[in-house]
Amino acid sequence: MALPDAGALPSLTPDEVRRYSRHLILPEVGVEGQRRLKQARVLCVGAGGLGSPAAMYLAAAGVGTLGLVDFDVVDLSNLQRQLLHGTGDVGRAKLASAIDRLHAINPHVHVEPHHTALTSANALDLMRGYDVILDGTDNFPTRYLVNDACVLLRKPNAFGSIFRFEGQASVFGVEGGPCYRCLYPEPPPPGLVPSCAEAGVLGVLPGIIGTIQATETIKLLLGIGQPLIGRFLVFEALRMRFRELTLRRDPECPVCGDHPTVTALIDYEQFCGVSPAALASGPATASPGAPVPAPDITPKALRDWMAAGTPLVVVDVREPQEWDICHLPGAVLIPLGELPQRIGELNPAVPVVCQCRSGIRSARAAQFLRLQGFQDVRNLTGGILAWADEVDPTVPKY
Amino acid sequence: MRVTVRLFARLRELAGRGDLDCECPGDAATVADVWQQLVARYPALAPYERAVSCAVNAEYARRTSPVADGDEVAFLPPVSGG
Repeated sequence: MALPDAGALPSLTPDEVRRYSRHLILPEVGVEGQRRLKQARVLCVGAGGLGSPAAMYLAAAGVGTLGLVDFDVVDLSNLQRQLLHGTGDVGRAKLASAIDRLHAINPHVHVEPHHTALTSANALDLMRGYDVILDGTDNFPTRYLVNDACVLLRKPNAFGSIFRFEGQASVFGVEGGPCYRCLYPEPPPPGLVPSCAEAGVLGVLPGIIGTIQATETIKLLLGIGQPLIGRFLVFEALRMRFRELTLRRDPECPVCGDHPTVTALIDYEQFCGVSPAALASGPATASPGAPVPAPDITPKALRDWMAAGTPLVVVDVREPQEWDICHLPGAVLIPLGELPQRIGELNPAVPVVCQCRSGIRSARAAQFLRLQGFQDVRNLTGGILAWADEVDPTVPKY
Repeated sequence: MRVTVRLFARLRELAGRGDLDCECPGDAATVADVWQQLVARYPALAPYERAVSCAVNAEYARRTSPVADGDEVAFLPPVSGG
């Protein structure tokens, strides 16, 4: 990353000198470094778990312009980890509460909200005007999109990602260094790696990884220290251990390799197998005779069946800790991972309704049971969340 | 030959442990051989074969990379949370 000429940097006001005094007396930052930060433009993709601490620390540090990309609305379940948003912000656009919070921390920072999903159509234009991109997204298609766009634009990508109690961080997309695809050339099959909503996440974990991303961003902007380029940091909160893997740019990488085959942004939903078209056609490895999905049943239809005394068994395929939060009357708990071993507990002659939180895992369970010869299997659409919305509002949503 | 295997994130959960020893027949083996031994012990890991990244002695490696007696072989699935 080329640093701007010191002469062209904006000056600091007396108020800014006081505010940033602990930076200014660091020889590695100093007045010139602080002016570099004031000049800098950073784009945080996602204003959630990782984006919250990252944007807050970057704002406090005096990064002059912070772009934020997010299209989401603050939900009560975000507040356990997304410190940009408070209790009073539930229901507001995340960008609206983020602007308020960041300006409360530092009114000198110019926040540029981009209330949109990052897509292949807008990513290059949106990212072009920034010096560093901070990847705080929560899904694989957007991660591959951010990676490829950073490589194409030659922008450093301060990467962070989290799962339950573990986090990963690195700096990708720097000339000569590796990119995310050098490490993970192809995305996992859809559904294999659960999201935070499906798997849970320790609230403080994105605080640790997001602040590492902010640290790397500031080092890149100042041109100091040894950035996390060519190193992949893995953090395990339960063991409180950091490990580091050495990475190299893969000369055969389709994006940053010597002979790249990806020279423009692609359809990342399709690449990750999560677009409607990709799901309908099935994974590339599926046999032509793959079974059709089990039919759906709506929460209201299930309620009517239950009320009529129709013989059926509701199989809840969530995890025991989810069952403890809420469950349907009369349901039996068989977590999806245990279903193959415990299939003998179910009677194939009795109709089965598979149910989970939102209907994704139960669709896989229903398909599995059909493959095993169960004739009448249905999937509860929208899971227990839809049941809470449409049938029983006393069921807590999580 | 014997190697130490480190599993992360979902792989650790599926195997029920993060650190284990793995015995590979013969003197020469690759990362892929170690993975095959693992899958034989923990079949639930099988779907992750093409999605994991691997490292030998904390250096990024490929499935074809050689593994020697006493090496540490790490398998890391991608995670997407943010």
